[in-house]
Amino acid sequence: MSPRLRQGLLAAVLTVGLSATAWAVQPDEMLKDPALEARAREVSRELRCVVCQNESIDESNAELARDLRLIVRDRVQKGDSNQQVLDFVVARYGDYVLLKPPFKLSTYALWFGPLAFLLLALWGGWSFFRRPATATADSEPVVAPLSAEEKKRLEKLLRDEDNAR
Amino acid sequence: MVRKLIFIAPALMFLLLVGAFVLGLNNNPRDIPSVLINRPVPAFALEPLPGDTRGLTSDDLKGDVSLVNIFGSWCVACVAEHPYLVKIRDTGFVKIYGIDWREKNPADGRRWLDRNGNPYTLVGLDPDSKVAVDFGVTGAPETFVVDKAGVIRYKHVGPVTDEVWANTLKPIIEGLRK
Repeated sequence: MSPRLRQGLLAAVLTVGLSATAWAVQPDEMLKDPALEARAREVSRELRCVVCQNESIDESNAELARDLRLIVRDRVQKGDSNQQVLDFVVARYGDYVLLKPPFKLSTYALWFGPLAFLLLALWGGWSFFRRPATATADSEPVVAPLSAEEKKRLEKLLRDEDNAR
Repeated sequence: MVRKLIFIAPALMFLLLVGAFVLGLNNNPRDIPSVLINRPVPAFALEPLPGDTRGLTSDDLKGDVSLVNIFGSWCVACVAEHPYLVKIRDTGFVKIYGIDWREKNPADGRRWLDRNGNPYTLVGLDPDSKVAVDFGVTGAPETFVVDKAGVIRYKHVGPVTDEVWANTLKPIIEGLRK
């Protein structure tokens, strides 16, 4: 590999690698205490941005996400535990804002659904691949030899057809 | 029979999926169920717009059924909604309170109301989304129906139009006044 090409590849890898860690959090939002900031980040990553819906507020550039990040930081600084901050936001936006849905009666379908489909697929595959063996075994006696009467009828039919031509 | 079923099953599943998708097309992804329905309005006291003497507080929402409208001079859909709010004000049927959300400069909100007409009995400024978040707001415009006791009874996401007013908001207000 030429040094040029290697440099180019390195640049490409760095660009992609670094951009993945470029969050939406602006320097002016961050808390001075690194431990509190780390907790705020942790909480932010679990909260859905209600504007962009598939991003956490930690990743989203929406203005409402920024305001929510600041509210999260405000509460962390005032001594709320992570769970208390999450509860605060859930009380206003519902379970919907949690990127990881809670485990309760109304979400059982969500949690058990994939497992149920996996079992269904396994059962379907099992019964499908088992069948050929039994099917051929079953089909053997079906081709019973023709009885004397049937042979006679067949001959008659064939003869009639010949005569018709 | 069972063998036949295996061949029909994919087609059936496909039709089922198509059905689910067709139904899904009519869902509005912005329609997030509000958890605040039937809960009292959050306590708040918002600053007034320049030129107004009073802002908006949660106590203003008690006494009669009222509408609380989230808007902003930056919000395009709010411009579309505005004439309908002015019309509702003109009927005198219900008071509309405004929360001017995320206004970078309060004077922008003032100018916007001066230009488009002011349907609001009182307006409060919410520059950093504190109250908007307490209301579970996801975007502007949003309109809440608040009953006499100051309990949130309904949330409408998106612009209020004649249709929304006649078919949804007005009947709800009439029901709450009984």
